[in-house]
Amino acid sequence: MAENTERLRRTMMFVPGNNPAMVKDAGIYGADSIMFDLEDAVSLSEKDAARTLIYEALTTVDYGDAELVVRINGLDTPYYENDIKAMVKAKVDVIRLPKTESADMIHTLENLVVAAEKQFGIEVGTIHLMAAIESAKGVLNAPEIAAASERMIGVALSAEDYTTDMKTHRYPDGAELEFARNMVLHAARAAGIAAFDTVFTNMDDPDGFYRETEHIHQLGFDGKSLVNPRQIEMVNKVYEPTQKEIATAKNVITAIAAAKAKGSGVIAMNGQMVDRPVVLRAQRVMRLAKASHLLDEEGNYIEK
Amino acid sequence: MKNKVNRELPDDIMAQLAFKPFQTTEIGHPTIQRAAPKLVATTGNDKLKDSLAEIVQATVKDGMTISFHHHFRNGDFVFNMVMRLIIDQGIKNLTLAPSSLTGIMNDLVIEAVEAGTVTNITSSGMRGKLGEFVSGGHLANPVIFRSHGGRARAIEEGSIKIDVAFLGVPNADRLGNANGMNGDAVFGSLGYALMDAQYADKVVLLTDNIVPYPNTPASIKQTQVDYVVKVDQVGDPDKIGSGATRFTTDPKELKIAKTVNEVITKSPYFKEDFSFQTGSGGAALAVTRYLRQSMLDHNIKASFALGGITKPTTDLLKEGLVRKIMDVQDFDRGAAESMHTNANQQEIDASWYADPYNKGAMVDQLDVVILSALEIDTKFNVNVMSGSDGVIRGAIGGHQDAATAKMTIISAPLVRGRLATVVPDVTTVVTPGDSIDVLVTEVGIAINPKRQDLITAFQNLPGIPVFTIEELQQKAATIVGNAHPIEYTDKTVALIEYRDGTIIDAIQQVKD
Amino acid sequence: MEIKQTALAGTLESSDIQIMLSKGTDGIKINLDSEVKKQFGAEINAVITSVLQKFEITNANVKAVDKGALDCVIKARTIAAVQRALGTTDKPAWEVL
Repeated sequence: MAENTERLRRTMMFVPGNNPAMVKDAGIYGADSIMFDLEDAVSLSEKDAARTLIYEALTTVDYGDAELVVRINGLDTPYYENDIKAMVKAKVDVIRLPKTESADMIHTLENLVVAAEKQFGIEVGTIHLMAAIESAKGVLNAPEIAAASERMIGVALSAEDYTTDMKTHRYPDGAELEFARNMVLHAARAAGIAAFDTVFTNMDDPDGFYRETEHIHQLGFDGKSLVNPRQIEMVNKVYEPTQKEIATAKNVITAIAAAKAKGSGVIAMNGQMVDRPVVLRAQRVMRLAKASHLLDEEGNYIEK
Repeated sequence: MKNKVNRELPDDIMAQLAFKPFQTTEIGHPTIQRAAPKLVATTGNDKLKDSLAEIVQATVKDGMTISFHHHFRNGDFVFNMVMRLIIDQGIKNLTLAPSSLTGIMNDLVIEAVEAGTVTNITSSGMRGKLGEFVSGGHLANPVIFRSHGGRARAIEEGSIKIDVAFLGVPNADRLGNANGMNGDAVFGSLGYALMDAQYADKVVLLTDNIVPYPNTPASIKQTQVDYVVKVDQVGDPDKIGSGATRFTTDPKELKIAKTVNEVITKSPYFKEDFSFQTGSGGAALAVTRYLRQSMLDHNIKASFALGGITKPTTDLLKEGLVRKIMDVQDFDRGAAESMHTNANQQEIDASWYADPYNKGAMVDQLDVVILSALEIDTKFNVNVMSGSDGVIRGAIGGHQDAATAKMTIISAPLVRGRLATVVPDVTTVVTPGDSIDVLVTEVGIAINPKRQDLITAFQNLPGIPVFTIEELQQKAATIVGNAHPIEYTDKTVALIEYRDGTIIDAIQQVKD
Repeated sequence: MEIKQTALAGTLESSDIQIMLSKGTDGIKINLDSEVKKQFGAEINAVITSVLQKFEITNANVKAVDKGALDCVIKARTIAAVQRALGTTDKPAWEVL
C-alpha cells in the first residue's frame, strides 16, 4: 500500500451519476479525487442509464491526474453486481461501497471484483476499494473494515445516515460526530489508508465550512468529501502548508539527500538525528506545497 | 478580394459601396472632415406635440435614414410605436440605423423589411428571429454591422447621415432638455443616443414624463431637438435591466473569472491608477468581485472604469476603489441610480467612449479590458456576431473598440455544449487577433505570441497552466469532435466594419 | 434483435440527449432534433446507428432530441434506450459497452 500513502486526497468531489453536463466538466476543478455517484444521486428508474453514462465517461473523458472513484449501489440492491462489473470493466481507480458495516461486506465486494477482473481480462488487483461508514455498527467495525483488503485505499465517514442512526442530527459544532470521526480516522491510520471526512452541504455558510474543515484537518483527516466544486479551493486553502513548514521540510529533504549521498543510513540535521516521522511529515508537507502551487520549478517558495 | 485577416470579401459589393478591405488595427493620424446637421431655426415654443402619427408623417419620407437608440433594451416601447406608424403610412426604402437592435424590435423590423419600408440596416448587432431572417437572405442589401465607436465615427464623418432620430427618454421638458436618470423608465447614461441628438437633421424625443422647463441635468439639449412628443409609456422598467445584480454560482464561470482576475493582478498593468472595463454577464460580474478583493489586498485604486456599467462597478466607486466611472451605458438599475448620486460617474457619448477618428477616445487610455467571445481562432481573431451554424446572433458592441486596451483579455469556456469556442478559424472575424492579448478558459490560458512580455509575466501563475492557442484548439476538438463545415450561398447578407470603416469580414446567406 | 417496447433514455437537460426507440419495419430511421445538426448531425446519427448495429437491431424508429451531447453521452443514452426497449436492463450487454 506504499502507493496509497503517496497520493494527496484532500478533496473528493461528488458528481451526480446521471448528469452529463456535470460528468463532462468534473475534471476542470482540480479535485484530487472525483467520485461519480450511482447511489443516492440517481433515482431508481435511472440506475441503468447512470451506470452506462459513467462507464462511457470513464472510458472517454480525460480527467487528468484526478483519482476516479465510483460510489456503487449497496450490497442489498439489485444494481450492486452490475455496478461492480461495469466499473471494473471501465477500470475505475476505486470502487466506493456505501453503508459498509463489516469486513465481510468488503470481502464479498472483493470476490466480485476479482471475478469481474477475470471476466474482462483485467489484471487481478487493479481495482482499489474504499468504504463509506454510515452507521453505528460501521463505526464500531471501522478497524476491521479498513483492514479488510489489500485493495483498500480509504474509509469515509458519511454523517447524514450516521446521525440518523444515532438518533440525532448534525449540529454546527460537530460534537455528535466526534467519536465517529476519531474511530474512522484511527481505523484508517492503523490500516495505513486514507480517511475522508463527511460532506458539508450548506453552500451559504462558508464560515461553517472553514470551521469544520480546519477541525478535521487538525484531527488528521486526509481530506473531505465535497458536494460542490467551489469547496475544493476552500479545502485546499486549509491544507496549504505555511512558509515556515515548507522551509523546515526543505531542510529535512536536503538532509535526506545529503545522507544518501554519503551512503549513510542516519539522517542528521543541525547535528540532531532526524526521526522517521519527521521525514514522513516533511515529505507530506512538500507534496502539499507543490499541490498548493507554493513552489516554483526549482522548489523555491513562491511569495504570494 | 481577401483582406489582411484572410477573409474573402465580395468584390462587387465592396466596389458598389466604396468600401476598403481591413488592413491594420493602427489608426494613425488621418485628417477627418466631420458632417453637420441641417436644421430649421426656431425659438422652440412650438415643439411639444401630442400626435406621434403627425410628426412621423411630417418628418419621415421615402428613402430616408432613421435612427433609434437601444438603451431601453428589451423594455423598449418607442421603436415599435414609431415603426408601426411608419409601416402603416406606407413609407418605403428607409435605411434603419439604430445604435443596436434588441429582441423586442425583431417582429417589426421583419415586417418593415417585408413591406419594403426598410431596405437597408446598419446596427451593432441583432439576435433571434431577425438574425435568422437576415441570415436567410431575406433583406436585399447587406446589413452593415458597426461597433459603437465605429457608428460614432460613421455618423461624424457622414457615412451614416441620419434624417430623423426618434429618441425615447424617461423625461424631457417642452423644449427637449432630457436625461436618462429620472422618471419611470430610467436607464442611466444616454451615451449612444447623444450621437443621434447631435448629428441627426431632425430629432424627435418621445417621453412619458414632461417636466417643468428648464430640465437639468440636460444630456440631450434643447438646441438639438425639433419635437417633443408625449406618449403613454416609453418603456417597461422591469425589462430595461435587471433590478438587482445576481452573481453567478456556476463553478465553471467562477473558475474562469478567478483566472481572469489572476491574469489582471499578475500583469504589469495592475498598479495604482490603472483603468479597466469588464462589461456585463455573469463571469464579468464575478471578475469585478474578485478584482475588488485584490484591489483591497494590494491597496491599489483604479483611475477609471469604462464602458457598460453594472452595480458591482458603481459599488467600487462608492467604496473609493475606483475614482471615476466613464459611463456610456448602464446595464442595471443600480448603476443607473448611482448616476444620480455620484458626481464621479460621468456620462460619455459613444464618440468620447470609443470613436477612433477623434482627438482621443477613452478606450485609447484603457489598460485592461475583459471581453467575451462566441469563438476565437488560432490567430486570436474573435467572433461575437455569428453562431457556429453561420447564423447572425450577436452584436459587436464595443468589442473592437475596447480591444485596443493595453491588455485585452478574452474570457470564454473552451467548449459550450458540443460547440468548440476555440477553433481553427472563426465563423466571422469581428475583432482582429492583433488586438487580443490573452485568452482565459477553464482549463488554462493562451497568450498571443506577439506579447512575449506577457508570456514572461504569466509563465509561473500558480495553478494556471499556459497553453499555446493551438493546444487549446486541439483540446476543444478532442472533446467535441470535428464539426462539419456550414454551407453558404453566394449572397452576402452582412458586412462587418472594423472600427475605422474598413471591412473585416462578410457574412453569407446560410444554405436552406 | 427485436424491440419489445417503446423506450426512452436521457433527458432534455443541457449536454444530454433524449433517445426514444420504437419498433420499426423499414430499417433504422432516425429523426434528429439538434441545435448542432448542421455541424454534427451526421456524426450523431452514426453513433446511434452503430450502437443499434452492435445490438443487431435492424428495424427501429429513433426520435433523438439533442441538447449538445458529446459522443460518449449519445452512446450511453442509446445503449440505455436499447436495453430498456429489449427489456434487458438487468443484463447489461458487456460486449457493447
